[in-house]
Amino acid sequence: MQNPDDILSIEDLTIHYETDEGSVHALNEVSLAMKRGETLGLVGETGAGKTTLARGILRLVPSPPGVIKQGSVFFEGQDLLSLSESKMRSIRGSRISMIFQDPMTSLNPVMTVGEQIQEVVEAHNRDLRQDEIIRQANAMLEMVGIPAERSHEYPHQFSGGMKQRVIIAIALACNPVLLIADEPTTALDVTIQAQVLDMITALKKRLNTAMLLITHDLGVVAQNCDRVAIMYAGQIIELGNLDDIFKRPTHPYTRGLLGSIPSLTKDVKRLSPIKGLMPDPTDLPPGCKFAPRCRFVTEACERAMPEPTHLSETHQVRCILAEAEVRNG
Amino acid sequence: MADVLLRVEHLKKYFDTPGGTLHAVDDISFDLNRGETLGVVGESGCGKSTLGRTILRLYEPTDGTVYFENQEITSLSNKSMKVLRRDMQIIFQDPFASLNPRMTVSEMIAESLLIQKIFTRKQGPQLRARVTELMDLVGLSSKLINSYPHELDGGRRQRIGIARVLALDPKFVVCDEPVSALDVSIQAQILNLMQDLQDEFGLTYLFITHDLSVVKHLSNDIIVMYLGQMVEKAPAKELFSHPMHPYTRALLSAIPVPDPDYAVDRVLLKGELTSPIDPVPGCRFAKRCPFVTEACTKADIPLREITPGHFVACILV
Ligand SMILES: Nc1ncnc2c1ncn2[C@@H]1O[C@H](COP(=O)(O)OP(=O)(O)OP(=O)(O)O)[C@@H](O)[C@H]1O
Ligand SMILES: Nc1ncnc2c1ncn2[C@@H]1O[C@H](COP(=O)(O)OP(=O)(O)OP(=O)(O)O)[C@@H](O)[C@H]1O
Ligand code: SF4
Ligand code: SF4
Ligand SMILES: [Mg+2]
Ligand SMILES: [Mg+2]
Repeated sequence: MQNPDDILSIEDLTIHYETDEGSVHALNEVSLAMKRGETLGLVGETGAGKTTLARGILRLVPSPPGVIKQGSVFFEGQDLLSLSESKMRSIRGSRISMIFQDPMTSLNPVMTVGEQIQEVVEAHNRDLRQDEIIRQANAMLEMVGIPAERSHEYPHQFSGGMKQRVIIAIALACNPVLLIADEPTTALDVTIQAQVLDMITALKKRLNTAMLLITHDLGVVAQNCDRVAIMYAGQIIELGNLDDIFKRPTHPYTRGLLGSIPSLTKDVKRLSPIKGLMPDPTDLPPGCKFAPRCRFVTEACERAMPEPTHLSETHQVRCILAEAEVRNG
Repeated sequence: MADVLLRVEHLKKYFDTPGGTLHAVDDISFDLNRGETLGVVGESGCGKSTLGRTILRLYEPTDGTVYFENQEITSLSNKSMKVLRRDMQIIFQDPFASLNPRMTVSEMIAESLLIQKIFTRKQGPQLRARVTELMDLVGLSSKLINSYPHELDGGRRQRIGIARVLALDPKFVVCDEPVSALDVSIQAQILNLMQDLQDEFGLTYLFITHDLSVVKHLSNDIIVMYLGQMVEKAPAKELFSHPMHPYTRALLSAIPVPDPDYAVDRVLLKGELTSPIDPVPGCRFAKRCPFVTEACTKADIPLREITPGHFVACILV
């Protein structure tokens, strides 16, 4: 059941894409809760279903082919999946803001960058004077590392990473209580990334905003998140706080993920990615979805998907090894 | 003697903007040997993509010269340039944006072969055989032959992009952040693939990225750019063991470490922003540099060879 401290509580969310090649099982009975003000990192290989989960929360899964098969998404106590479209629209962009993964497409090509930020500032502060709106919009631009004098330029005059930063500025100008950021810093170098993440953190503190941060960078997770959810083939296979995941990674996939990070200190000739590919989402194995790539696979793994095992109050994992460990003490 | 495939001399690309002239690439020079990889790193907006595109003449240079196999290409007619394009290719960051959503995997790879007239439509069986061969080379399962881009994940989309480029049998490839949008495990697979293809076909790469760790084991030399200029250049190992420019050092220290206990002691870059529009003389990093002195803003800081092969533009070193 929902906990009153939770700003977001997802239960059994299942989303499929019905395509000519079959039904893509992108999200399979995902349950996840977030507290006010916390930052939850969502990590997983490409195709794991991270974007589908993010869009599912906001009811922005493209349909067709996307179909929400079952589940509920409680936000501040109401089930978003049963709201009217107009109610939903008013929540998007005011209470919840989303930074989309492909930001280059979400800017308006015929408006200057400055006008686009001003528009959002104005929408959220109706009684501001025009010069104050411009001042605030320029400040947002500078905070993401772009000189204010460039506010008169159009998106096509900006580099990829600069466009990404404009999107971030717009999302933050909404003063959301929940921010869903889908790979927000992939195009940024680490110095700008640090600056932008510091800025997001400052805003989070001020407004007690919760953030679902989708990223493939475990370094970013370690430095910015409170908790981490690891996703594989449409399921959350491990969930814990930073120490749980980085010091006691338990699922074989999580361990593999931590082992495939390019190291700056060690001199490796070749990286050691986890062997193999994620299973075909139109034809998922019945048991553990990681079984075809797992070094520890046994027959039992292939029979049924392991249920979440609670290793501690904060740490849960879906793997038969953990199940056995807990059972045997 | 090193076999220089690409020589870039004093290359400049300026854009006109409402606020003035934007110096996107400002006097960049380097040599790139056949079969080697030159990494280009630098912050978002520093001119990396513009550099890559200007070399390929997808943008007309404002000034400077580019030689490809000893031929000056900056003054070639568009027609002769078109012929050369086959040898000089580019892979983009966002494979999705560069793929046609209404074409299947095999159609997209075939298109690449047809446009450059390597095959004609009449050669159906040969064309199909080559497409299959290319898919195999880049590790795309033949099951995906009729899939559309939106049905594929980022790693597989990038493999299509690579197959399309490989189809033309190029000598030189500008790789513009080809793995930035991918997660680490897929990144590693794609980087390994690119390395294998380089070994097999003797490809030469200009590898653009904002992520130092990506170019580390891939590059022979690395260039660090800041606001249109080259601020440091060194062999990859040397750059990591002896970074000299304050920006390079900040870049190395700001890399988020996947360890929650790691005390973040990154060199925080703060301060006012320098605009690339009509820049004033002096070091363009000065406003963010923790070591700035008066002399830094008096005149442009030249690039100097500090130790053999290691160039730095900073008055401190
Ligand atoms: N519009 C769509 N039509 C068909 N299949 C889709 C569609 N969008 C996503 N999928 C499929 O759903 C699965 C999950 O995709 P999703 O985009 O959620 O993954 P992701 O974890 O965000 O991956 P990435 O790291 O590449 O962004 C993948 O198999 C993908 O191919
Ligand atoms: N077509 C254009 N018109 C005007 N200005 C441009 C154009 N293309 C790029 N610029 C400007 O040139 C500078 C360099 O842009 P470029 O795209 O080369 O940066 P980048 O280093 O590739 O950045 P990123 O890492 O974000 O991709 C930026 O200030 C950008 O705004
Ligand atoms: S359940 Fe079995 S196959 Fe799945 S991760 Fe655990 S050991 Fe491996
Ligand atoms: S020249 Fe001066 S301002 Fe520029 S990097 Fe060196 S010390 Fe810093
Ligand atoms: Mg995604
Ligand atoms: Mg770029």
